[in-house]
Amino acid sequence: MSDLDTFRADTRAWLEENCPAEMRQPARGDGDACWGGRKFEFSSDAQKQWLERMAAKGWTAPMWPADYGGGGLSAAEAKVLQQEMARINARPPLSSFGIWMLGPALLKFGTEAQKKEHLPPIVRGEIRWCQGYSEPGAGSDLAGLQTKAVDRGDHYIINGQKVWTSYADQADWIFCLVRTDPSAPKHKGISFVLFDMDQPGVEARPIKLISGYSFFCETYFTDARAEKKNLVYEENKGWDVAKYLLGHEREMISGMGLGGGGGKPLPAMAKDAVGEEADGRLADPLLRAEIAMFEVRSAAYRAQAERFADEFKAGRGNPAQPSMMKYYGTELNKRRNELVMAAGGSDALEWDSEESGGGKKARDWLRSKGNSVEGGTSEIQLNIISKRILELPS
Amino acid sequence: MPLYLTEDQEMLRDSAEGFVREKAPVAHMRKLRDADDGTGYDPALWREFAEMGFTSILMSEDEGGLGLGHVEAGVVMEEIGKNLTPSPLLSTGIAAVAALKHGGAQHRDKWYPKIAAGEAVAAIAVDEGAKHDPAATAMTAARSGNGFKLSGRKTFVTHGHVADLLIVAARTGGSAGDADGITLFAVEKGAKGLKADPRRLADASIAARLEFDNVEVTADAVIGEVDGGWGPLNALLGAGRAAASAEMLGVGQGAADITVNYLKERKQFGVPIGSFQALQHRAAHLYAELEVARAAVLKAQQLLDEGSEKAHKAVHVAKAMTGWTTTLAVQEGVQMHAGVGMTDEYDIGLYMKRGRTLAELFGDANYHADRLAREAGY
Repeated sequence: MSDLDTFRADTRAWLEENCPAEMRQPARGDGDACWGGRKFEFSSDAQKQWLERMAAKGWTAPMWPADYGGGGLSAAEAKVLQQEMARINARPPLSSFGIWMLGPALLKFGTEAQKKEHLPPIVRGEIRWCQGYSEPGAGSDLAGLQTKAVDRGDHYIINGQKVWTSYADQADWIFCLVRTDPSAPKHKGISFVLFDMDQPGVEARPIKLISGYSFFCETYFTDARAEKKNLVYEENKGWDVAKYLLGHEREMISGMGLGGGGGKPLPAMAKDAVGEEADGRLADPLLRAEIAMFEVRSAAYRAQAERFADEFKAGRGNPAQPSMMKYYGTELNKRRNELVMAAGGSDALEWDSEESGGGKKARDWLRSKGNSVEGGTSEIQLNIISKRILELPS
Repeated sequence: MPLYLTEDQEMLRDSAEGFVREKAPVAHMRKLRDADDGTGYDPALWREFAEMGFTSILMSEDEGGLGLGHVEAGVVMEEIGKNLTPSPLLSTGIAAVAALKHGGAQHRDKWYPKIAAGEAVAAIAVDEGAKHDPAATAMTAARSGNGFKLSGRKTFVTHGHVADLLIVAARTGGSAGDADGITLFAVEKGAKGLKADPRRLADASIAARLEFDNVEVTADAVIGEVDGGWGPLNALLGAGRAAASAEMLGVGQGAADITVNYLKERKQFGVPIGSFQALQHRAAHLYAELEVARAAVLKAQQLLDEGSEKAHKAVHVAKAMTGWTTTLAVQEGVQMHAGVGMTDEYDIGLYMKRGRTLAELFGDANYHADRLAREAGY
């Protein structure tokens, strides 16, 4: 037996014993996900247990070094873990911007002390993070951000406003882009700082969205304080960290084009609504054609996602490729949601009935419109492809 | 296996790229076309392809081939696509060779050495109407003594008027629309009762309409089982469609590359037109579509090489995806070249014409998307 086979056998046995039965059922929407943090209330004992057991092995962040609380697994082992979890339909033990976004940035740019201080609580789901990037006047033109940080020796005093801060009202800490040199060219006066949200100068107000959800907040800083030791990388070099992190974010969002999320496949959903011909074809030929075309693109994109991941692991491929993935994946996800609505007909319009799962289809459809905006609009991704990959003149 | 080319495959690509660019660039295709060449390809170049090993790429080393797979065959096809090279490689070295793997040894013993040497060309006679639909095969093969008599018509048979070997789908049982009852035959050049009517197509390639009037073949001509031709036919079509997808990807990539170059060179209002965002976004969108199509093609090739059951679907996806993507690439290419895109002098229009022919070959995007839907039960 190879080492990997042994690892697989051990992992399978461990998961069998440690993954509670309830955590092998699909999550009932986003509210059922485990986000951790100081303010988080577990929806069940099983959810808490599952997080604690996985965190103890470092498997909430399987590939992070064990020194920082991670699982210390190789890419091949992490893949095995993922496969074994999928085999028993195990839910992710933790959803976390700390794991997906801040962690990779700290591992690359952070000091030893910063890694030691911040990574282990992320792995354990004790501290929940949010991302302070966009501002009312700095959306696509992110580098135009104005939130100001003034040097006060061992700390900065921060004033300004962020917007589209995901779950800021529930987060414990924020990783934030601030302007530390107002006189430098805009990309060169930005710093990347971390600070605690639990202080008088920080206020987060949820924004109600067209979906009825409120994932995002407006976040205000009035003389908020960030310790100097929590400046990541060098002062005025925050843009390098931000760019690196945006790549991760785009990669994450691009996964949305892969559909999934359980539920009925599109063709079956459409059949329920419009019926079928004697030979089994969908009764609405135009909807059938649209679904068939979507399914081809979706299968092709799954292949591309696999290729992208393989190339990324091998250090190949264009560094701007995440922009292409983000663009294609989110546009595909929007199309999928449009087709879900078309297939569902008037049933899919119900907004709060029990049968509709509280309007899941309609709300997901509206939520998907944000995919091609957050993390950089589709148009920004096309700009990046034009300039960095096709090298078209500006 | 990771979904990108291995080092060996990249080396093959580099050598195929250099070889095809040097020996058969677009100028080569123009030369044949302008001389009103009636053969449809250059036999001397075909022998050079053989010397490179390209014609025997799918044959095992024991059979005198390179012992490689569909990924490698696709690597060569993509270069052919980029250079619009008229070549019998797809029908001969890929589709026919794949079909003959299923037949008796007599076919391989006879044809593999000739194909490997660049001395024989094969053509695929499947289509009977203007749209690809192999299950609808109506041509009959009636038992006659120890053999069969073939009667009926075939169309869109590339190289059919010059081929030494024709792979023909005919019906020994069942009726049009059934998969069962189709038998695959190897028919040789000059068979009595066989008439070929070559037609020049829009892209300057030549495809024949064939008429079979009681063409006699022996029982030995059967590839695989009588009434059981659907299996070898699908092997042929799987290989042919994957290769056509790769060639089409080459056409699309070639069209996109020359268009992006044009955007950097052409000036209006005192600046390169590639500095205009209206064109940048369309070029970037096309890049994304081509990347996704490329992944779909490579996935299909790898699954074919693994002998996976999933290959069948993946080939449908690849042919549909390249169909749409290359159509987009050539349309955007001609539009972005604007006036000169309409001239014969610029190559972009030739890409558009080649793309249209390849889109139809072995089924267009609608055909493949429809097949996938039917097989998924809707």
